[in-house]
Amino acid sequence: MDRSRPWITYLQATPLSLVFLVFFVVPIAMVVVVSFFDYQAYDILIPDFTFVNYEDVFTANVTYQTYWITLKFCLTVWAITLALGFTIAYFLAFHVRTVTMQIVLFLLCTIPFWTSIVIRMIAWIPLLGRNGLINNALVGTGIVHEPLEWLLFSEFAVIVGYVHLYTLFMIVPIFNSMMRIDRRLLEAAVDGGATGWQTVRHVIIPLSKPGIAIGSIFVIAMVMGDFVTVNVLGGGQIASIGKMIATELSYLQFPPAAASAMVLMGLVIVLIALLMRFADVRKEL
Amino acid sequence: MHHGARPRSFYVLASVFAIFVVFLYGPMLTVILLAFQGPDGGLTFPMNGVSLHWFADIFQPQSIGDIWGSFSRSIWLGLMVMVLTVVIAFAAGLAFRRRFKGSGVLFYIVIASLIMPSIVVSLGIGSMFEFLGIPRTWWSSGLGAHLTWTLPFGLLIMFAVFNRFDPAYEEAARDLGASGWQTIRYVVLPIVAPSLVGVALFGFTLSYDEISRTSQSVGPLNTLPLELQAMQTNVTTPVIYALGAYTTALSLIVIGICLSLVAMVRRRRRKHGSDAGMGMV
Repeated sequence: MDRSRPWITYLQATPLSLVFLVFFVVPIAMVVVVSFFDYQAYDILIPDFTFVNYEDVFTANVTYQTYWITLKFCLTVWAITLALGFTIAYFLAFHVRTVTMQIVLFLLCTIPFWTSIVIRMIAWIPLLGRNGLINNALVGTGIVHEPLEWLLFSEFAVIVGYVHLYTLFMIVPIFNSMMRIDRRLLEAAVDGGATGWQTVRHVIIPLSKPGIAIGSIFVIAMVMGDFVTVNVLGGGQIASIGKMIATELSYLQFPPAAASAMVLMGLVIVLIALLMRFADVRKEL
Repeated sequence: MHHGARPRSFYVLASVFAIFVVFLYGPMLTVILLAFQGPDGGLTFPMNGVSLHWFADIFQPQSIGDIWGSFSRSIWLGLMVMVLTVVIAFAAGLAFRRRFKGSGVLFYIVIASLIMPSIVVSLGIGSMFEFLGIPRTWWSSGLGAHLTWTLPFGLLIMFAVFNRFDPAYEEAARDLGASGWQTIRYVVLPIVAPSLVGVALFGFTLSYDEISRTSQSVGPLNTLPLELQAMQTNVTTPVIYALGAYTTALSLIVIGICLSLVAMVRRRRRKHGSDAGMGMV
């Protein structure tokens, strides 16, 4: 391995470096630059160095509401996907006895992910709508007298959509961490007199932390930046940060969108830096 | 723990799992069911008769949306992204087995791309093209945007593969006089081939389903997910469900083909066993 020449290594890394230089590093730098630009209706990028866009972001009341609601989505979805993802990963890793069965159950979880995201979200409409299946069932069985209005085009619907889309991103890394736990540790815990719950609490959860951190990073990053789910399932009333940026972009207001994007980016970086302390991504593969 | 009767917790957890599966499949099955609406049926239940009307209707000229144009763009884009992802991730995977100048920075940039909110990446690529005065198209800026999303996954898979790869094979090849290229072509590549199928599959499906990063980088002609999102607010007939059913079926066929490819390679390997001492085929 040491005999081959180092330039081959650089050659092998060149395409990747180029792609990320042109389509990631420069564009992100571009967002930073554009956030200080000026704009007009027919001239969407006017080079300038103004803080107006940031002032607009921080002085608008709607900004704080939007951030509040996005953070609320983020925390709720994180808590639900973590609880659900951990439970399912635990079931697959420790209760399913054969590898074949594990693979089959895993595939069962992934198949719905081969349907287009948009279709998967639209699919909630006939279920949650005013005349949807769930309302029909609730009214039919007499649990409620009037169809529930808050099922669709509401914060509830958005959260259901997120949980539906992102739980798998929690299951996979946690399962991966759990499969690396030495089974003798569990036997030792049992032999030492630990109850099932104590084993989970003091052995499995600490050893699954890297997986939990990675899954959390995924879910938080995706929820913070999302605008599609909010668009389809939130109706016109609910705005997340991502949707706010997307709306500004649809009016071709690039500089204010870039300023919002910078603030969003900062927030995501802080959240993820906190989580990164629990996991070394590269070691987990 | 692998013997004897199941503990009670098993049944509790199994029910949680079952409920989760129902939750996952519920919407999808609803869509497929509603796609069979009768010709007068609407977007919601009840079913107004059962027919294949909406499956045929897709092939009629549509008043809203460019289904077939966006569909073929999505397929072509997916295929281009797939090939590039496999080649670039494989090459970079080889490079990353050694420390090289900037390897740490490059790795963190790739990870940053994975967790950067997609709308930010999309906005950046869009404004870069706008600023330079280059028109945005799905096969240039759109392609680049997709690669920033598929390559991190491809690279992470390659890391996982090469972490488990035994370098003794390569050393043996080199000791027997294989050149660097021959070692890769005849030793490394065949061993990691099934994982590359996995990378390809990831690349295609991530691209085919991408919407956030595409939104500002795609230019005037939409890909299928964007077209669907645009149609969703205007379409009032179950034709959109029929489309959902079709695309789901298509995805399942693609997955099926890939999985059977991997299974075939595995079987062939088991049958032939080690080919040590048989000479080069």
